[in-house]
Amino acid sequence: SAVRPNPKEGRKMEKMIVAMQDPDMGMKLRNQRLLITVIPHAMTGHDIIIWLIHKYSVCEEEALHLGGMLVKYGYIYPLKEPRSLVLQPDESPYRFQTPYFWTSTRWPASELDYAIYLAKKNIRKQGELMEYEKERYSLLHKKINHTWDFVVMQAREQLRASKQRRKADRIVLECQEQAYWLINRPPGFLLFSSVVLQIEVHRRALGRNRVKSSICLEGFYSEQYQNHDPIMQGCLPSNPWISDDTAHWTMNTEMVPVPTRLRVERWSFSFMELLNDAMGRQEFMLYLEKEFSAENLYFWQACEEIRHGESSKIVEKVEEVYKNFLAPGAARWVNIDSKTMDKTLEGIKQPHRFVLDDAQMHIYFLMKKDSYPRYLKSDLYKNMLAKAIVPQETKKSVFPFMRRQRHSSPSPAQAVAQATEEEGRHKGAG
Amino acid sequence: SCDFAAFTFGQKYMRSPLSPEMATQEVPLNETLAHLKTESETLKLKLEEERAKLHDVELHQVAEKVEGLGQFVMKTRRTLKGHGNKVLCMDWCKDKRRIVSSSQDGKVIVWDAFTTNKEHAVTMPCTWVMACAYAPSGCAVACGGLDNKCSVYPLSLDKNENLAAKKKSVAMHTNYLSACSFTNSDMQILTSSGDGTCALWDVESGQLLQSFHGHAADVLCLDLAPSETGNTFVSGGCDKKANVWDMRSGQCIQSFETHESDINSVRYYPSGDAFASGSDDATCRLYDLRADREVAIYSKESIIFGVSSVDFSLSGRLLFGGYNDYTINVWDVLKGTRVSILFGHENRVSTLRVSPDGTAFCTGSWDHTLRVWILMC
Repeated sequence: SAVRPNPKEGRKMEKMIVAMQDPDMGMKLRNQRLLITVIPHAMTGHDIIIWLIHKYSVCEEEALHLGGMLVKYGYIYPLKEPRSLVLQPDESPYRFQTPYFWTSTRWPASELDYAIYLAKKNIRKQGELMEYEKERYSLLHKKINHTWDFVVMQAREQLRASKQRRKADRIVLECQEQAYWLINRPPGFLLFSSVVLQIEVHRRALGRNRVKSSICLEGFYSEQYQNHDPIMQGCLPSNPWISDDTAHWTMNTEMVPVPTRLRVERWSFSFMELLNDAMGRQEFMLYLEKEFSAENLYFWQACEEIRHGESSKIVEKVEEVYKNFLAPGAARWVNIDSKTMDKTLEGIKQPHRFVLDDAQMHIYFLMKKDSYPRYLKSDLYKNMLAKAIVPQETKKSVFPFMRRQRHSSPSPAQAVAQATEEEGRHKGAG
Repeated sequence: SCDFAAFTFGQKYMRSPLSPEMATQEVPLNETLAHLKTESETLKLKLEEERAKLHDVELHQVAEKVEGLGQFVMKTRRTLKGHGNKVLCMDWCKDKRRIVSSSQDGKVIVWDAFTTNKEHAVTMPCTWVMACAYAPSGCAVACGGLDNKCSVYPLSLDKNENLAAKKKSVAMHTNYLSACSFTNSDMQILTSSGDGTCALWDVESGQLLQSFHGHAADVLCLDLAPSETGNTFVSGGCDKKANVWDMRSGQCIQSFETHESDINSVRYYPSGDAFASGSDDATCRLYDLRADREVAIYSKESIIFGVSSVDFSLSGRLLFGGYNDYTINVWDVLKGTRVSILFGHENRVSTLRVSPDGTAFCTGSWDHTLRVWILMC
């Protein structure tokens, strides 16, 4: 995105700029002739470098680099060749950017302001917009079309106001504004980077292994899901939106004493379906405990919490995982192949969100290929399926137009608050 | 190969030319850009050839043996009135009955759509709140738009509490926020923006975790993949491209460019092996990720206006599209035919989502209302 220093860097540069403009110790400013107009308070590139050398006791090369940063980030702008945001160590004229247009003050640059700026350019002189500006102008016209009248009105107002000014002032203001937009909407940024990235993507795509359409599409649609689709097959006992009866939702909350048959069936469609359902996961855990391999699921869950949890807790969570699952003699030691284990142990010295990915995937596929198929054949699952509820379909009401009372339900936030309260009470009691 | 770092900001070409007489620095810029574009086009054509080699059957041919669908009846079951202006976005809560919606006048409302009661309302400091999302826990919502930010509001239990007081600013883009989505938890948010990028953020700290560069224009939509190893998502943009990204590396791993205009909406097929898109070119399309190509186009000569949003029914057999001509079209995903059309809203349909358990779908419109619909065979 557009060039922008971080806030600390910005403040340091601003301090430097203020020092440069100090009436006693700052730069000597003079009038600069630009074609037939005289611009006040300008300075040469050479002068800037000399001042920096003396102020900060640095060599010429460093002063050139430092001054270059001030130009790059828009605190100083060139009067000649405004698109060239570099510091020339010669008689090239420069000016201080007004604080109003400092990137740190006006971040992010607003779409509306940019549209007004381009509209002014367009109105002022036909054909003054550059190619990339024309593209953006028409894109903006489309995107914020609803405020376009406002844009044109503002542009006209601002042009009218600027005509009242002295020519020198007008030129200065135009330069300041142009410099601001060159920094915040640099030409060619998106165009270049996106084309370069696109070439990379195409190259990678050419190297990838593709699957024949007949194979992909053959397995595309699974009949089994159709039976679970309320739109295709209806739902039992009734669709709450049709009958105004929430029984269907009550029977399918996250934790119920007895789940519905359709729900238990779904656990057999894929390992992901089983794990995505809290009850399914709970049942699977019971099974794994019988098989003495529950540590696999505990490990997987702990890894998920790291991947999707707060950045601030990553380090401590990774420590916990190491202690409980990976350290020699750990209480719930997981059996990972030595190559992955070595790589993981090395990686957790510098913990980050994805450091346990390889290990987690290894355990995931282990469960998927081994424990999961056996679970589906187990008595535990079969019994669950057998005792699962098949709700009776609600007979259509005798008076179909009579609306049932629509009951409200506790919001999820309330449910969380209640659970926390109960937990607190238990803890207090224990 | 190209000096990528130099191109990243086009700065290389902003240096002054050797002779001050050269009127503009645009010349070297345009030349190199043209050269790069040619290279990209050549590779694209080659890629299309490779993709075509493995395309031995059409989806509707494979679907010939699948039973056809009967007639459908679509009915509005709830109308939610309360927004004072165009509804731009909505999202379902995991509890299958609550929704959050956002509109042009800056209002974000949380409803119990089942009772039609408004439970929370927030006024954003900006207009055109184009994006909103419900947190997986149901305890917070995220939203943003012309403010270029994505903010998270924890949902208070106290109805009198001002939600704006606990607001947390998470994402910062340099242009409008077009879409946002929580990932598997309340802790991370994925955003897309008019600045051409997508980004992944840590909610707690507001830290940028990863950014995704590659679109050549505004990114308008995104959807997270329901995959078992997680970590990919698809985005669609004004550059007519749909890109699939690796969340971990920030790389674009697949790219599709077959639409003829802006892609307004993308949605994964329930299995995660494919995704659908809706575009200003008045078509919806289906892309298979293993075949790495477009495998179906859903269009009709009589459908002229663009698609604003798409979503699948629970099984993926049906694809719903909300259109700019105020209608909703329902497509048989396998056979490619349109099974139903609905005239319900009095203005453009801007957003459409199927409920988490597939029992209904909700639409939001420029006519200021939201509607919950059921479909019966």
